[in-house]
Amino acid sequence: MVTDLYPLYNSLRIAAISCVIVFFTGIFAAYYAARLPRVLKGILDVILTLPMVLPPTVCGYFLLLIFGARRPVGMFLADLGLKLVMNWPGGVAAAVVVAFPLMYRTARGAFESFDENLAWSGQTLGLSNTWIFWHVRMRSCRQGILAGTVLAFARALGEYGATSMLIGYTPGRTATVSTTVYQLWRTNDEQGAFFWVMVNLAISAVVLLAVNLLERRRKNGA
Amino acid sequence: MALEVNVEKQAGSFHLHASFTCEKEFLGLLGASGSGKSMTLKCIAGIEKPDCGRIVLDGRVLFDSEQKINLPPRQRRVGYLFQNYALFPDMTARQNILCGLHAEKDRQKREKRADEIMELLQIRDVATLKPWQLSGGQAQRTALGRILVNEPELLMLDEPFAALDTHLRLKLQMELKDLLSGYDRGIIMVTHDRDEAFRMCDRIGVIDQGQMLAVKETRELFADPGSRAVASITGCKNIAYARKTGKHEVFVPEWNVYLKTEKTVRDELKAVGIRAHSFHPEEQENRFSVTIVREMEEPFEWVSEFVYEGQAPASPAVWWRYSKAFRLSEQPGALGVSTDEVLLLY
Repeated sequence: MVTDLYPLYNSLRIAAISCVIVFFTGIFAAYYAARLPRVLKGILDVILTLPMVLPPTVCGYFLLLIFGARRPVGMFLADLGLKLVMNWPGGVAAAVVVAFPLMYRTARGAFESFDENLAWSGQTLGLSNTWIFWHVRMRSCRQGILAGTVLAFARALGEYGATSMLIGYTPGRTATVSTTVYQLWRTNDEQGAFFWVMVNLAISAVVLLAVNLLERRRKNGA
Repeated sequence: MALEVNVEKQAGSFHLHASFTCEKEFLGLLGASGSGKSMTLKCIAGIEKPDCGRIVLDGRVLFDSEQKINLPPRQRRVGYLFQNYALFPDMTARQNILCGLHAEKDRQKREKRADEIMELLQIRDVATLKPWQLSGGQAQRTALGRILVNEPELLMLDEPFAALDTHLRLKLQMELKDLLSGYDRGIIMVTHDRDEAFRMCDRIGVIDQGQMLAVKETRELFADPGSRAVASITGCKNIAYARKTGKHEVFVPEWNVYLKTEKTVRDELKAVGIRAHSFHPEEQENRFSVTIVREMEEPFEWVSEFVYEGQAPASPAVWWRYSKAFRLSEQPGALGVSTDEVLLLY
């Protein structure tokens, strides 16, 4: 019987924090990318979506290049007391990079189908752009944005490649659900591995169910 | 109250040059789709930025390319009724109207004002419905209410009836005209429908491929369009090349007829236009032998195509419309046109 639930706690913590970060950065990137000139938009689109198609280990490699203990950014963050490599916050960095494109692309799709007349009519009524953004645009696009958030959360929760490169596996410190599955399997603890596989399956099923429900509501309108 | 617009904007190969004024009146902008009508409204509202020019409303400079003034839409105090009404989809009709009252800080005053306008526009019954549950007419009135409570200094209507069924259109045009008859600010309505423009507007500006062709009092515009393009946009079916042969006479080679005109013909005459309704079997002026080549029946009118006796072989037939009240026992051998209905086009 598995008694140490630390990996679940750590995974949820990493996924939740990175999901919040990705939610805001993804939405704002999508919002501003939508109003860029075509060429610039295309270039930005490639850069922002790249982590989705790259092997996570490649993302991990780049993250180590940036946040490594002897790299400028890494040393700067270490001075601020934030150590990412071989430490759980590094898992957040890995999850953010890998989950960001999912949020960005779904939000952009939602924003692109938004009727710009609504924003314009709000402006001519004297409403502020911030108010219009939160009360009209976001409300109008909420199904797509919610779906993107759920997908990003699921991706962050299941992140393995970049995570294992950046923070490795230390029981009780950096272990996540996905790294634990691999570690337990490698050490012949089949029962333990099976337990965490089931946890993973359960979470993924719930997430997909949620996405499907959201999509159905969007199709039905209102 | 006066709006002065003189702006230019280049969009791809399309060039817009809008120049007109609007007093306290109902001004129409009439033109085909893609002629730049809506873009003109968007420039006035501040949604599109003109390349150069000036827009002044009541002495307030909204846009001036030389002084580098370009007020954002929300500071312009210009009401804009969108073609699809642009009601906020997640709010009820009443919440939508309250959006127009955001500047009023006193909640009770806000609620009271919303109730008043909904009473006036007869939309109290639908206050709690979402936009998609409203009929076209109710949605239009809700959107209008949202703009009116905002007290703009100019009201702009972008094809307000285009989204409605034909049978509803006339009814709503009457209602809107009635409702806005007491409105003491300028109104600009964009439309491609000449009947609609004629019914609603005091003056009409005709816009074609981005250029303002004429701005005239409505009746005058239809009675004397002045150019081929304006004649055609105001629905004149028969336009043919013509040359001056006398002070009150022109020759139309295509039809091979000399037409007498009431107005004095100027030397630079390019063409004449005759509206399909202008021909009459009993009219003695400008009466010539004709042969009907095709006929089509409508509920209350006949539509015919005829050729003049000596008409050039390749030239298009002439359109003639007449009410069934005048249905004749046999097809007329000759048709006349009163001299004041021969439109001189330059």
